[in-house]
Amino acid sequence: MKKLIIALAASAALMGGFSTGAVAQEKKKVCFIYVGSKTDGGWTQAHDLGRQQLDKALGAKVETPFLENVPEGPDAERAIERMARSGCALVFTTSFGFMDATVKVAAKFPDIKFEHATGFKAGPNLATYNSRFYEGRYIQGQIAAKMSKKGVAGYIASFPIPEVVMGINAFELGAKSINPNFKLKVVWANTWFDPGKEADAAKALIDQGVDILTQHTDTTAPMQVAAERGILAFGQASDMIAAGPKTQLTAIVDTWGSYYIKRTQALLDGTWKSEQIWDGLKDGILTMAPYTNMPDDVKAMAEETEAKIKSGELHPFTGPINKQDGTAWLAAGEKAQDGVLLGMNFYVEGVDDKLPK
Amino acid sequence: MFEAILLTVITASTPLVLAALGELVTERSGVLNLGVEGMMIMGAACAFVAAQLTGSPYIGILAGILGGGIFSLLFGFLTLTLVANQVATGLALTILGLGLSGQIGEAFVGQPGIKLQPIVFPLLSDIPFFGRVLFRQDLIFYVSIALVVGINWFLFRSRTGLKLRAIGDSHASAHALGINVIRTRYLAVMFGGACAGLAGAQLSLVYTPQWVENMSAGRGWIALALVVFASWRPWRILAGGYLFGAVGIGQLHAQIVAQNLGIVIPSQFLSALPYAATIVVLIIISHNRRTTLINTPASLGKPFVPDR
Repeated sequence: MKKLIIALAASAALMGGFSTGAVAQEKKKVCFIYVGSKTDGGWTQAHDLGRQQLDKALGAKVETPFLENVPEGPDAERAIERMARSGCALVFTTSFGFMDATVKVAAKFPDIKFEHATGFKAGPNLATYNSRFYEGRYIQGQIAAKMSKKGVAGYIASFPIPEVVMGINAFELGAKSINPNFKLKVVWANTWFDPGKEADAAKALIDQGVDILTQHTDTTAPMQVAAERGILAFGQASDMIAAGPKTQLTAIVDTWGSYYIKRTQALLDGTWKSEQIWDGLKDGILTMAPYTNMPDDVKAMAEETEAKIKSGELHPFTGPINKQDGTAWLAAGEKAQDGVLLGMNFYVEGVDDKLPK
Repeated sequence: MFEAILLTVITASTPLVLAALGELVTERSGVLNLGVEGMMIMGAACAFVAAQLTGSPYIGILAGILGGGIFSLLFGFLTLTLVANQVATGLALTILGLGLSGQIGEAFVGQPGIKLQPIVFPLLSDIPFFGRVLFRQDLIFYVSIALVVGINWFLFRSRTGLKLRAIGDSHASAHALGINVIRTRYLAVMFGGACAGLAGAQLSLVYTPQWVENMSAGRGWIALALVVFASWRPWRILAGGYLFGAVGIGQLHAQIVAQNLGIVIPSQFLSALPYAATIVVLIIISHNRRTTLINTPASLGKPFVPDR
C-alpha cells in the first residue's frame, strides 16, 4: 500500500513536472472571429489571409485558432466568450456588427486583450483597428469618372452604417474631382453576403443605365454580372480579377497581415496597449490591386493620386465640400476630422440616393 | 427594360419554385422536412464541383439532383426508419448540409464557374419580347415549369398521387388499406431532396455561376414559407414563387427609381414584403377552417410506426 502511494505521488510529481514544462513552451493563442466563411472571396478571406501571414511569421510562438460564420447579434457574444474561455491571449473580432458583443466580453475578461475591427468603442483591454478604405474609394471614383461613358456609376451598398456612407461619399468626391456632373446610383442590398441578391442588385443597376459598378458587399457575384454584361467594375476587399479578367479596373485589397503581425509582436513583447488605430494606404493595411483594363493615362492618374494620398499631400475629404442638401460642410482647404468621418451619417452633394434612416 | 427586369425575376424565382415544389410533395405525404436549405446547398456544391471537374453543366445538374436526393435519404432514414423527430432532424440536416457543402466545395472557391447556357429554339426565340423571355431560357427553367404541371397532374389526377395524399392525410388508414406508407414517404422525401438539389444547381450554375459557402443564403427557408403560402397547391407555388422573386427584384429597381425621382422608400420595408405576405396568407387560410382542413396534410409531421 505504502509503495503504491509513493508510486502514485512520484508519477503525479512527474506528470506535474511535465505539465509545467509544457506550459513554459505553450504557444500563446491569438484568436479570430469571422462573420463569414474564410473562403468567401472577399472580406473574411482577406482577414484569414492576414491570419495565415501571422501564422507564417510568428507560428513558432503563437497559435491562431478561428471561428467562422459567426452571425452578428446575440450569438456573437456567446461565440466570442467561448473563444475567450478557450485560453486566447488576444482576440480579433473582425466585423462591425461584433462591436457591442466584443465590448461586453472584454469587460468580463480583463486579462485578455481584444481588438475589434471597424468599430468605435474601445476599452482598457479593447483596441479598435480600421483601414482607411475611403482612400481607395476616392481613387476608384476618379477612375470611374474617366472610364464611364454615361457619367453614372452604380454602388451596391450593404447597410447604412458610417463605414459604408463614408465609402459612397469618397467615391463621389473622387468622381466629381474629374467630372463635376458625375452621378452615383446607390442600391441597398441589406446584406453583406448573398451572392444571388448582390447579383440582382448589379443587374438592376445595369438595367437602370449605369456603366460602371462598385460594391461594398462581400462576394464576387457583382463582378461576375458586370463581366457578363460587358461593363467595368471595381473589386472589394480581395483582388477579384479571377471573376472578371477583362472587367476589374482595380480593387481595394485589405492587407491585414502586417497589422496582425505588428500587434501580436507587441503582445509577445508585453508592449500591447489599447489604441484606436486607423491606418491607410501608406501603412500598407490596404493596397490597390493592379490597375487593369484602362488606358495608360488613366492608370497614370490613378497612380499619381495614390502616391499623393500616401505622402499626405491629398486627403480625399478636403473642402470645399457641401452636404447633399447643399449646405456647407467643409470650407475650402479644410480637412475632415477623423471623428466626423467615423460617425458619418450624411451624403455629400452629388449622391442621388436618400440615406435610409 | 421591362424585359430585362422580367428575365432577372425568372432567374431569382426559379430556385424558390423548384425547392418549394419538392417540399410540397414531401409534405403532401405527411413528412415535414425542414432541411430544404441544407439539401439545396448540397445540390449547389455537388453541381458546381461536378461541372468544374467534367466541364459540363449538364453533368453538374445531374450531380446536384443526386446530391440533394441522396442527402435527403439521411433524413428519411432517421425520421422514417428510426422515427426520429422530424423538426429536429430537419434542422440538423440544414446545419450538416451547410458544413458538408463547405468541405465539398472548399477547393473550388473563387473559381469562375461554367454558366448553363439558354436553349435557343429556332423562330420561337426570335419573337419579340415573349420569345426572348419564354423561349430563350436554360433547361432548369423549363424543368421547373414542367414540374408544376406534372406534379399538379400527379397529385390530383393520378392514382399514385391519390395514395400519396391519402398517406399524408391519415397514414393509419392508408396503412390499413394496404398502402406501403414508409416506402411512399421515402420516395417523397427523396423527390423533395432532388428538387432542392436541382434548385441548388440553378444557384451555382445559372444564378451566380460560382461556389461560395452558404451561397443559398436562406432561400431554402423562403421555399418552406412558400409551401405554406401556396397552401400545398402546385400552381400557387408557381404564382407565389414569382411574386416573391418579383418583390425582391422590384424593390431594387424601386430604390433606383425613387432616387431618380428624389423620394424615399425604406428598402428594409420592401425586403420584408414577401414575409409579411406569407403571414397575411397564413392568417387568411387559418381564418377559414374548412380551407385549412382541405389543403393541409392532416398527418404532417406526425411519426408513423407500422404495427407488426
